[in-house]
Amino acid sequence: MDMTRRAALLTSAAIASSVAFPMRSLFAQETPRKGGVFTVHYGAEQRQLNPSLQASTGVYIIGGKIQEQLVDLDAAGNPVGVLATSWEAAPDGKTITFKLRDGVKWHDGKPFTSADVQFTAMEMWKKILNYGTTLQLFLTAVDTPDPLTAVFRYERPMPLGLLLRALPDLGYVSPRHLYEGKGDIRQNPVNLAPVGTGPFKFVTYERGQHVIADRNPDYWRPNAPHLDRIVWRVVTDRAAAAAQMEAGQIHYSPFSGLTISDSARLGKDPRFIVSTKGNEGNARTNTVEFNFRRKELADIRVRRAIAHALDIPFFIENFLGDFAKRGTGPVPSVSTDFYPADNGPQYPFDKKLAAKLLDEAGFKAGAGGTRFSLRLLPAPWGEDITLFATFIQQSLADVGIKVEVVRTDGGGFLKQVYDDHAFDLATGWHQYRNDPAVSTTVWYRSGQPKGAPWTNQWDWTDPTMDKIIDDAATEVDVAKRKALYGDFVRRANTEIPIWTPIEQIFLTAISAKARNHSNTPRWGSSSWHDLWLAE
Amino acid sequence: MRILTLAGRRLAASIPTLVLILIGVFVLLQFAPGDTVDALMAQMGGGDATTARQLRQYYGLDVSAWAQLGNYLWRLIRLDLGFSAIYGKPVATVIAERLPATILLMTASLSLAFFFGLIFGVIAARGVNRWPDTLISTLGLVFYAMPTFWFGLMAIVVFSIYLQWLPAGGFEDITVGLTGWRRTLDIASHLVLPTLTLGLFYMAIYLRIMRGSMLEVLTLDFVRTARAKGMDETRVVVRHVLRNALLPMVTLIGLQAGTMLGGSVVVESVFSLPGLGRLAYESVIQRDLNTLLGIVFVSALLVIVVNFIVDLLYARLDPRITTGG
Repeated sequence: MDMTRRAALLTSAAIASSVAFPMRSLFAQETPRKGGVFTVHYGAEQRQLNPSLQASTGVYIIGGKIQEQLVDLDAAGNPVGVLATSWEAAPDGKTITFKLRDGVKWHDGKPFTSADVQFTAMEMWKKILNYGTTLQLFLTAVDTPDPLTAVFRYERPMPLGLLLRALPDLGYVSPRHLYEGKGDIRQNPVNLAPVGTGPFKFVTYERGQHVIADRNPDYWRPNAPHLDRIVWRVVTDRAAAAAQMEAGQIHYSPFSGLTISDSARLGKDPRFIVSTKGNEGNARTNTVEFNFRRKELADIRVRRAIAHALDIPFFIENFLGDFAKRGTGPVPSVSTDFYPADNGPQYPFDKKLAAKLLDEAGFKAGAGGTRFSLRLLPAPWGEDITLFATFIQQSLADVGIKVEVVRTDGGGFLKQVYDDHAFDLATGWHQYRNDPAVSTTVWYRSGQPKGAPWTNQWDWTDPTMDKIIDDAATEVDVAKRKALYGDFVRRANTEIPIWTPIEQIFLTAISAKARNHSNTPRWGSSSWHDLWLAE
Repeated sequence: MRILTLAGRRLAASIPTLVLILIGVFVLLQFAPGDTVDALMAQMGGGDATTARQLRQYYGLDVSAWAQLGNYLWRLIRLDLGFSAIYGKPVATVIAERLPATILLMTASLSLAFFFGLIFGVIAARGVNRWPDTLISTLGLVFYAMPTFWFGLMAIVVFSIYLQWLPAGGFEDITVGLTGWRRTLDIASHLVLPTLTLGLFYMAIYLRIMRGSMLEVLTLDFVRTARAKGMDETRVVVRHVLRNALLPMVTLIGLQAGTMLGGSVVVESVFSLPGLGRLAYESVIQRDLNTLLGIVFVSALLVIVVNFIVDLLYARLDPRITTGG
């Protein structure tokens, strides 16, 4: 009896100390340990790894350690120079000058100069990079008066704040000497064996297995990086990834790579830290997209009725746990620069009001209580979307709207929604990228070409909204810009061509041995030059 | 010489089948909405319509489906499997990279299933309706009924997370960089759990078949004759019964070489193995038609080869089955 009690006491003491351990690291000044191999869960392989050509977390998670951008975000979310040291905009907003870092070398030993920036901006960002083509649409030239100065010239004013908030994602630089005159940039083999200026040098990519990068001994930041090697393990099965984390084969699973239930379970295990920290720059909203080609959905009363019919707090509490909250509009609350004081109308759960609105719109319940039926396409990017689709189906049945859920894979979803417009309702994610002009306003701006994914394909046209969007995109005055985006959010919530009822931040699961992690708002995508592993 | 003629004839006979399979897969994939460019866009997280148009032109997706199929078959005649849009390499290279893991896994699982299926089947048949038979038959039923992915995950929980004996996934340990014998051992240790997961299901089938055919052969006249001659029981079982009971087992191997490729999709996903099954799955998701057709082509070849070997084994086991036909 006595022995058991002592054993129990010892065990609880051991648990207490292991729980306290990750906390202790916050207070004690530990000296970074040199060396170690950091293993990362890589859930979806990409066709290529060069972030100058593809803006997606799947590329940043690898390419962002090897290549660097002009500007990144610091812990507070403010722009901080990486390959650029300073920047200045002309008063008319049409010229922006970057001073570049001296003494930086590419991994093959060649010096980094303004010619690299010029080539990357004109040939990659402006012509190929998704979202870059829109951002740099009015870029006419990049002048290079000397090797350490790059002058961006624009046809229309480019707000400096917009460019600086876009560049952490859309500002990665590629080596000119490995691309110029080497044929089609998209097919260049360097894209799969990237060469950059970053803290880690590409070693090998075995398809279906792993990517390896080793420490760059000539990195420009003193005493960095700390790690010897990073290994990205390709694990497509989410449950298998969680098992490998528990078995110690993986240290880090970024961007909500594990299932909701595994995340919750690992969060209680002292060997891991599960949180949204370090992903503030990767906020996303769950969306309900309405096809205006259906006469029922073109009626604003029907859209509002659908919004009122969904009990969002109930859904969040029972299906998404603590990792989500009620959304307020297309600009998420973590956006300190643009989140408006007044978001305009919200749509609290009210089934009676929903039914009343539908009656007013002239869609009375027919035989069996059904008013009309709709086809709902959920995007296949996450289990929360699948759950939400079922929730929409059941909630709308209560107010007399019959919903058929049509499941597809990624290619099928994009084709049917954005090319064939073969949907009535669609539900997916909208990812916010620090400034509404980067990837948010295209969801609302009319006149988007057919087949362009994640743009306004709802057949919604609103000249007032178009004008707000266009004015804000070229407004140089910071305060006026913010005010315009306030108008944008309120108009979006009033007309609701898309409803954004849930706000989420990507989840990170990481080993408690990792130090200096999650210390910037886009940490999973950042360079990890200061990351180290405790013994 | 006769074997060579037989091989040639079998191969010639399977070519129309192969072409039909390829056309079937091609047509089926046309019914899936979206093409490889849509899948690429999904991966990129955004892009504009001009880029999409350029990409379609680049991958030859702007012509009609029949023209695409014609182009593909014409290339195939010249033994060119084409270029993978997703991997950015020739399909032949992509498949060659994935083939070793799949063949290793298949051979290991089939051997395990065949060997233990045979032994347990014989034991069960020898002790029919007594406790060894009951035990083996029950276990067989359990393995047969258990979903592969669930068994795989449970094996990981027990052997990798709880006991920490075996790795939870992957093909080899890349964090240390082993060579030679140590690398072989490392790969072997990574293959233990996947082999068990895939093999136990097939073992359950084999032991049922073996038990059944043993019981059947044991009642035949020549067995009674052999016993009447005074031959001891072990010799009767090994020399007379086993040889005849093996025929249905060998037939099954030929049939199951194909299904095993399908079953390996799940096992390769659960254990993150870089094999053909997962490649096929990803090619469908990414609408990478060339790669998918290439895999179908290679696995069809694999099945043809296995069946050819089975035919040869037949002749060896039972001389009454002539290869001349």
